[in-house]
Amino acid sequence: MYKITRKKVLAPGVVEMGLHAPRIAKAHKPGQFLMVMNREDSERVPLTIADSDPGKGEVTIVFLEVGRSTIELGEEFNEGDELFAVVGPLGTPTHVEKFGTVVVMGGGLGVAPIYPICKGLKEAGNTVVTVIGYRKKEIMFWEEKLRSASSELIVTTDDGSYGEKGFVTDALRKLHDGGRAIDRVIAIGPPVMMRAVSDLTKPWGIPTWVSLNTIMVDGTGMCGGCRVEIGKESKFVCVDGPDFDAHIVNWDEMFARMKVYTLEEREAILANHECKLHLDNIRR
Amino acid sequence: MAETIDIAALGGVKEGEKKRPRSKDKRLEIACQTVEKRITNYDEVALGYSPAEAVAESMRCLECPKPRCVVACPVHIDIPTFIGLIARGKFSEAAEDIRQYNALPSVCGRVCPQENLCEAACIINDTNAHNPIAIGRLERFSSDWQLLHQDREAAHVHKKPATGFKVAVIGSGPAGLSCAADLAKMGHGVDMFEALHKPGGVLMYGIPEFRLPKAIVQKEIAYVRSLGVNLECNVVVGRTMPVQEVMDAYDAVYVASGAGFPNMMNIPGENLNGIFSANEFLTRVNLMKAWSDNPAGTPVRKPRKAVVVGAGFTAFDVVRIALRLGAEEASIVYRRSREEMPGRGEEIEHSLEEGAKFILLTNPVKYLGDENGFVRGVVVQKMELGEPDSSGRRRPVPVKDSEYEIECDLVVVAIGQTPNVLIPSQLPGMATRWGSVIKVNRETYMTTVPKVFAGGDAITGAATVILATRAGREAARAMDAYLRDPGRTWNSPA
Ligand SMILES: Cc1cc2nc3c(=O)[nH]c(=O)nc-3n(C[C@H](O)[C@H](O)[C@H](O)COP(=O)(O)OP(=O)(O)OC[C@H]3O[C@@H](n4cnc5c(N)ncnc54)[C@H](O)[C@@H]3O)c2cc1C
Ligand SMILES: Cc1cc2nc3c(=O)[nH]c(=O)nc-3n(C[C@H](O)[C@H](O)[C@H](O)COP(=O)(O)OP(=O)(O)OC[C@H]3O[C@@H](n4cnc5c(N)ncnc54)[C@H](O)[C@@H]3O)c2cc1C
Ligand code: SF4
Ligand code: SF4
Ligand code: FES
Repeated sequence: MYKITRKKVLAPGVVEMGLHAPRIAKAHKPGQFLMVMNREDSERVPLTIADSDPGKGEVTIVFLEVGRSTIELGEEFNEGDELFAVVGPLGTPTHVEKFGTVVVMGGGLGVAPIYPICKGLKEAGNTVVTVIGYRKKEIMFWEEKLRSASSELIVTTDDGSYGEKGFVTDALRKLHDGGRAIDRVIAIGPPVMMRAVSDLTKPWGIPTWVSLNTIMVDGTGMCGGCRVEIGKESKFVCVDGPDFDAHIVNWDEMFARMKVYTLEEREAILANHECKLHLDNIRR
Repeated sequence: MAETIDIAALGGVKEGEKKRPRSKDKRLEIACQTVEKRITNYDEVALGYSPAEAVAESMRCLECPKPRCVVACPVHIDIPTFIGLIARGKFSEAAEDIRQYNALPSVCGRVCPQENLCEAACIINDTNAHNPIAIGRLERFSSDWQLLHQDREAAHVHKKPATGFKVAVIGSGPAGLSCAADLAKMGHGVDMFEALHKPGGVLMYGIPEFRLPKAIVQKEIAYVRSLGVNLECNVVVGRTMPVQEVMDAYDAVYVASGAGFPNMMNIPGENLNGIFSANEFLTRVNLMKAWSDNPAGTPVRKPRKAVVVGAGFTAFDVVRIALRLGAEEASIVYRRSREEMPGRGEEIEHSLEEGAKFILLTNPVKYLGDENGFVRGVVVQKMELGEPDSSGRRRPVPVKDSEYEIECDLVVVAIGQTPNVLIPSQLPGMATRWGSVIKVNRETYMTTVPKVFAGGDAITGAATVILATRAGREAARAMDAYLRDPGRTWNSPA
């Protein structure tokens, strides 16, 4: 069993949790994820490891309540409760070396998973320009945490209620047009945001990496449910990724594959909970 | 629970009496759920022998002095002896006798392809064609009886005193379980690591409940744990702990990580929604219990028209699940003919009874999708059999201009699995075949990395439960010898 060591609601529908998982905390590298099972008969849900503390034997997850498992985890589980299963760290770690100037972009919930990446890149001697974007001021989280892990932090909100008004892509365009030399871009967030970043940097010729969040079952490479075409080859996101070169991702297929269970999942939510989706809170 | 068996009433051999075998009788069929009923549930199809039926079947065995069945069984179970014990009403003793050779009798009795192994060799076939002794069903009967009636912890008297050695077993499928059990009995400390949240390997995630009840598998695992094996789930060796860390912490390591990587055909349209690997489909249904209508659990796509590509164990399991999920039509598409089907005989029969269609000498060439990216059909090509290939089976070759379309809303690709590369990829010195099948010394089961042994599907590619069980047992013997005398030459090339 895996104890929930702390829980904090960061914004409506956005929950941060600490989990007691000493082995995972010790082995974790930036960019890796874990799988959580709330109860014995629950789904296995992939969540990025947003921080780890090997000393305390603790890892941090931040998640958005979008469907039955994440709503259950956020609403019915509290500090001190135990989860049936937590397994990880899974996936190939983000490639970290000294690139020069790296722009790391987190959209909405993507703000959490970029934290260990920013930290790792900065430790490796890069100038880390972090761009984080939210829909509005009320749902912001981890601003100070990200600032501490970056050389420079830019915040955007869609409605202009905090920081720069606009999307993260607007901020990136401004950096580029302002003549900033950018050696690499890393973007994590909703697929539409990652694709927009990719479309933007492709003509500029800036290497761009994204972290794909396809549907997964086991997360260990045994089912192929997470597969997506990368540069004309089928790849398993859970073992070959989740980080991939954005410019060769087959985005149309990626979007199509995320819809596989939409119908079944909607039914399950309706059967289980009054529909309290917080999807609108976070930019998709 | 004490067992009271009135052998005279059951028609068996009484104490002091001589057996008069009734080998001319027909093989006793096993009671099954009716087709109409079983297609609506996931309960076991073959219900098993009653004590009277088991005794009657055991009375047909000649208890041959030079039994051919024993030679044909990969673990050489002493078949005449255990069948003789059943005929004399000693059901649990029969099971205990089997356990000397096979750590998983309740499992193997159900899933061994007996018609190609022990039963194919039974001498009764010579005089009473197609009526060999139902060895598998008797094995299942005695072992189920023992699980139900005997406190198996009593068997721990066989456990040797602690040696102080520590061994890690990676993977809890049949190979890992049998190796761990034997090592524990030899007195070694055993830590077993399993990547998934439930132990059992393919026995849990692959083979469906209606063929192998999970309660049986968990009983066998509980027994292995009761021997002192420390089993930890949710540990992916190579991720949760680097392989090197495991190497450093143990005196020997057994890699029994199976063949869990699903092969796909890499034809156009294969990434459309509604196309699954057999592993994904089976994992959703079996391990994640998508069949149970549990609203909190993992979903599975309910098909109207299902196409299953392949004809091995896996394909028949998939097609039968598709029918249970309510498919109006579920077809096996196979590029060879019925004779070459590698699946287990009983399963092929049961699939046909349940309404599966066989589309033989046919192979998919591409998939067609609808506007939302969901599969709506498969284009197939007719095949004919040409010259024999390396497997001895005639090679299928495409028939020109024979393509046509089959409508479907679910496709499951069941064309085999290969071992996962995770562990070998972290041990630079570990030699493999085709990049993933671990090479071992054929006698000692040691890999090319000192103190690391391997077995089961990880060293053969997808095979059978009984071969994995045998591999685990033989490796345990070799590892025991290694721990006592590590100086010997252990990993000279096989
Ligand atoms: C490698 C990886 C890392 C991830 N890290 C995080 C994280 O740190 N925090 C976080 O909140 N989420 C993360 N996700 C997404 C998260 O796994 C899903 O939101 C979750 O599985 C939804 O489960 P559910 O049962 O609550 O919702 P469901 O009922 O399964 O789905 C509800 C809705 O969400 C959509 N959905 C399902 N799966 C995904 C998915 N993988 N991504 C996006 N939408 C999905 C469904 O189509 C549906 O519309 C990650 C996904 C992957 C693959
Ligand atoms: C659907 C299906 C039906 C079958 N039906 C039959 C049948 O009827 N009769 C028959 O004889 N055979 C059958 N087989 C084949 C048989 O199940 C296998 O040959 C057998 O299970 C192999 O045993 P194993 O112990 O080598 O591997 P597995 O059973 O595959 O177990 C390996 C275990 O190792 C774990 N693992 C892998 N990597 C790691 C890691 N890095 N760290 C920790 N754990 C790890 C896996 O999660 C798994 O639990 C079937 C196979 C399938 C897929
Ligand atoms: S283990 Fe398999 S081959 Fe051996 S006797 Fe039992 S059923 Fe037959
Ligand atoms: S060959 Fe047949 S009859 Fe002879 S011992 Fe084996 S099962 Fe019995
Ligand atoms: S989630 Fe099963 S292979 Fe990636």
